[in-house]
Amino acid sequence: MSGRLPHPSEVSPWHDALRRLRRNRLAMAGLALLVLFVTAGFLASWIAPYPYDKTDLRHGAKPPTFQHLLGTDELGRDLLTRTLFGARISFAVGILATLVSLTIGVTYGSLAGYVGGRVDHVMMRIVDILYGLPFMFFVILLMVLLGRNILNLFIALGAVQWLTMARIVRGQILSLRSREFVLSAHAMGASPRRILVRHLLPNALGPIVVYATLTVPAVMLEEAFLSFLGLGVQPPMASWGSLASEGAAAMEVYPWLIIFPGCALTVTLLSLNFLGDGLRDALDPQVTARR
Amino acid sequence: MVSFILRRVAGFIPVLFVIVSLSFFIMRLAPGGPFDQDRALPEQVRANIEARYHLDEPLWTQYFRYLGDVTRGDLGPSFRYPDRSVNELLGLGFPVSLLLGSCAMTVALLAGGTAGLLAGVRRNSLVDYLTMSLALGGVSVPNFVLGPILMLVFALGLGWLPVAGWGTWRHLILPSLTLGAFYAAYVARLTRAGMLEVIGQDFIRTARAKGLREAAVVLRHALPSAILPVVTYLGPASAAVLTGSVVIETIFSIPGIGRYFVGGALNRDYTLVLGTVVSYSVLLLTLNLAVDVLYAWLDPRVQIR
Repeated sequence: MSGRLPHPSEVSPWHDALRRLRRNRLAMAGLALLVLFVTAGFLASWIAPYPYDKTDLRHGAKPPTFQHLLGTDELGRDLLTRTLFGARISFAVGILATLVSLTIGVTYGSLAGYVGGRVDHVMMRIVDILYGLPFMFFVILLMVLLGRNILNLFIALGAVQWLTMARIVRGQILSLRSREFVLSAHAMGASPRRILVRHLLPNALGPIVVYATLTVPAVMLEEAFLSFLGLGVQPPMASWGSLASEGAAAMEVYPWLIIFPGCALTVTLLSLNFLGDGLRDALDPQVTARR
Repeated sequence: MVSFILRRVAGFIPVLFVIVSLSFFIMRLAPGGPFDQDRALPEQVRANIEARYHLDEPLWTQYFRYLGDVTRGDLGPSFRYPDRSVNELLGLGFPVSLLLGSCAMTVALLAGGTAGLLAGVRRNSLVDYLTMSLALGGVSVPNFVLGPILMLVFALGLGWLPVAGWGTWRHLILPSLTLGAFYAAYVARLTRAGMLEVIGQDFIRTARAKGLREAAVVLRHALPSAILPVVTYLGPASAAVLTGSVVIETIFSIPGIGRYFVGGALNRDYTLVLGTVVSYSVLLLTLNLAVDVLYAWLDPRVQIR
């Protein structure tokens, strides 16, 4: 501790959390890897060495060489290129589906928590019932029946992922609702909408951010799972899941086809988990203290 | 207790009703039917087939007919396997999936529980770091990547175990490990956290103070409270194991109901898909109830009402 008193802006909970996060090496390493992967996926059209659907049967199913750093598949498509484009789709689905689930979950949860009473009881009872449903089966049904395009994919995934978010937000709002600052805002005549958006939600942001970070890997895993079954992204496009699926089919002869996309997916999920854990520890110091 | 269970079972009925109705209408409102093939059937043949399966009736009549049949436990004839009823097909597949799922859960609880217990008791030791790194890896490797890799190493490379298929206990090992790995990792993390939380509490100090052996303190006093989060997790975990087994059955060519589900959905075999969803849901609801009862038994503070 230096002799100088910290400036008030430096001790706000967010600054404090950011400082704790920066000190968490695993979380920062995860963040760095994610930034790298997302950038690479985003720039795939420019940095990929080949077009993603360019086939070259003469160089089919080659192990890694200098021309093809990760090797090629049976049709001679460059695996590095396909993994880069796969990153784009996997991240896009992960982020968009998380946004869908965030929107539904936060709206539903904050309404239930703010209105309270009977409405809250009924709304949460519905969530309980939905928890009991085998949701992945509905997603599979929706994908089979509505057509397998990527828009349906992230809507279906986001639509089934909001339950836990709704519970978390509702719990937060419920406990914040009777605090003094909310009462005073109420007394000054703020509208319910304003209280919710300006006073309650910003204070519940910590857990929301943490849980959203943990939703991204869950959704990416589900996308990969669907694509693996052939129900997600359709050829010639590829996501990491569909690449792993093609790789698994051919792995006896060409093991690199499953190893590289599998590693990319695993490293990404690992990074997201590190980051999520780090954020949770940073935003909720009590949890850390108890560990 | 008995009345609690009975009331919960009664609560299954509306939930199952929602599930059946939802799946029924999702299937029916989507374009395409089970008899749309590349080669169009002659008009009369098609009409005959549709009449046989009551597909020519209005949707509402079909819906109520199906509800009535399901209530009597009859899931109807399969559209794609003309000589089989859905009950027969599920009767073949269900024991297989159930065995696979229970083996995976056993792997998860035994391996994950032991690892988490050791890590929690010997906090910040080498054992702790090793198991926790392994657990982090475990929750990050998707099962459809782990499965093929295990297959590559232990079946194709070393030749210790059969590559795929079903029949002997040796066929069970790789699929159960693949399916259970994620949950083992998660259970390990939960157990460790629970252990750390409990081990510092007063009643543990009392147990130590009265001179109990460390093993008795840990196993008899700390463990029951420490695994409560694990018990809570069992409900969602069993749901996820059921879902996961769809992929595992595909990878290892196991004749369970997961394959009927995917195949049925792709072929628009309405009755087969509905039947799979209904039986999965019944299983899931029963497991959730079992978890609640188990929880109340382990934690005397929880009152069953």
